[in-house]
Amino acid sequence: MDEPLTRTLISQTQLNRPLGRLLYRTVLALTVVGFTVVFLGPLYWLVTGGLKSTAEVIQNPPTLFPAELHPETYATAWRQLGMSRLLFNTLYYAFGALAFQLVFDVAAAYALSKLRPVLGNLILGMMLATLMIPAAVLIVPQYLTVLDLPLLHVNLVDTPWAIWLPTVANAFNIFLLKRFFDSIPEDLMAAAAIDGATPTRALWSIVLPMSRPILGVVSIFAVVNVWKDFLWPMLVQPEPANQTLNIGIKSLSMGVPQNVIIAALAIASVPTVVFFLIFQRNIMSGLTSGGLKG
Amino acid sequence: MAVISVAGKAARPTTHEGRDRRCRKVRQNLTAHGFLLGALLCFGFFTWYPMVREVVMSFQKTKRGRTSWVGLDNIDQLLQDPEFWQAWRNTLLFTLLALVFGFAVPFFVAVLLNELRHAKSYLRILVYLPVMMPPVASVLLFKYFYDPDFGLFNSILHTLHLPTSAWLNSPDTAMVSVVIASTWMNMGGATLIYLAALQGIPGELYEAAELDGAGLWRRVWHVTIPQTRLILSLLLLLQVVATMQVFVEPFLLTGGNGPQGSTTTVVYLVYQYAFNFNNYGAASALGLIMLVVLAGFSALYVRQSRKAD
Repeated sequence: MDEPLTRTLISQTQLNRPLGRLLYRTVLALTVVGFTVVFLGPLYWLVTGGLKSTAEVIQNPPTLFPAELHPETYATAWRQLGMSRLLFNTLYYAFGALAFQLVFDVAAAYALSKLRPVLGNLILGMMLATLMIPAAVLIVPQYLTVLDLPLLHVNLVDTPWAIWLPTVANAFNIFLLKRFFDSIPEDLMAAAAIDGATPTRALWSIVLPMSRPILGVVSIFAVVNVWKDFLWPMLVQPEPANQTLNIGIKSLSMGVPQNVIIAALAIASVPTVVFFLIFQRNIMSGLTSGGLKG
Repeated sequence: MAVISVAGKAARPTTHEGRDRRCRKVRQNLTAHGFLLGALLCFGFFTWYPMVREVVMSFQKTKRGRTSWVGLDNIDQLLQDPEFWQAWRNTLLFTLLALVFGFAVPFFVAVLLNELRHAKSYLRILVYLPVMMPPVASVLLFKYFYDPDFGLFNSILHTLHLPTSAWLNSPDTAMVSVVIASTWMNMGGATLIYLAALQGIPGELYEAAELDGAGLWRRVWHVTIPQTRLILSLLLLLQVVATMQVFVEPFLLTGGNGPQGSTTTVVYLVYQYAFNFNNYGAASALGLIMLVVLAGFSALYVRQSRKAD
């Protein structure tokens, strides 16, 4: 229904037989119900849990529907956990990281793909080599580096730079962007150069307009990565006023009633769910096209 | 950049034209390196330098602000720490369980989704939804479900007249509970990648197999699996590397250690050494050991992906 029918494991004729049709209907119904329960059920619990009273939310057995609605729990959670601050911080870090990645990674990938400087391949190789290093291994030296940046001797902890700048060092972005730029015909670049376009002008007027799909993928993952990150923001933003949603909720959740925590979790999930529903096509195609076959 | 200027000076231009060309070449290189500068600085400060530092720190110790070389002392210290062995055991157990769930379940789900003719987009969105949730939301929600007294899971088991479980509170079930939560949170990505691989299988192969009299299972065995084998093996390796770095789930679900240290993972131990004991040397050494272990898998991954191309 959603996609043009191609032949899969089970043929259409097989499904058109009465028994086949019955089996198919059963499997379809089971799958739809099962998936809804497994994947939407917890979200339902999240939203309704936030509407329950403090006593009801830890009552045994749990109730499927809230006995009485307490929408004010959401207001309490918003106030008590300082959600507006956490939400603002998270958005600030996420979109800042996005801006830095778009500027620096696009420029770097463009240089490596189209301007081809001396040592370009060595630089590319060194960047791609970092993909082999598991992120968790570098967390300690990275933290110490941010604490006292070599040569400059500045401490980036508790500044947004500690989140923004390390996200630029993303070899996967460079790889995706470079591969896309490589597919832009060299003739086009040569024509622009003959017309007197500078490299910056060619990037702006030719390469970027043609690269919208890949820029979309890189952008979405830039935002999502910051939004989902946990250990790094916990280390580099110790000040409560600078914390992200993930860390803020975690550290403030002690001693707060369960229904207030659940309401806070629901609030924290809403933006991502909305974001996902808007961009789901780009996210999923980006995942499968850029994700592996890269 | 030094290299460029040297190259420019070394070859003395003989004609005007040659000098112009060389000038342009130098300028082009300068522009290109200018474009690279931001990324180069970020890679340098936040990846390349920490990589070197990771190795150096593994063989150093800092005491009262004085850093000295200690050879293999850090590794020695780790090997004598019973938590080191437990952390590795736990991590391997987590990886094994996460693969049984996180590898088999998504493949099965992908095959199922690929056969369905209806509600495909809806189901695909559902599977991927948890991947997008902030981890703190999914994990704390599961913690609430796992609560032995008022949690949803025990109450479902109770209603079905099945034995209830202590979930995160018992050393026997804590890690399994972590794996279940982690699978729910992460299986969407693998499912979608498998689904894309399945959609790439040419329909004629199934038709030919069917004409040859192959039943459903033989078609799965002789068409589906061979056709997706490369993607399967790539994802398997990626998942091993990713799951062995597990941190957030146990950290949020059990506080990291869990009952009797049953959920202490290697990365959690790195975190403890570094940020609770301020022993950066041992933390780096542990990171280095982990790097060596994972490098094996990464190397395999690279070999497989070369084949895929």
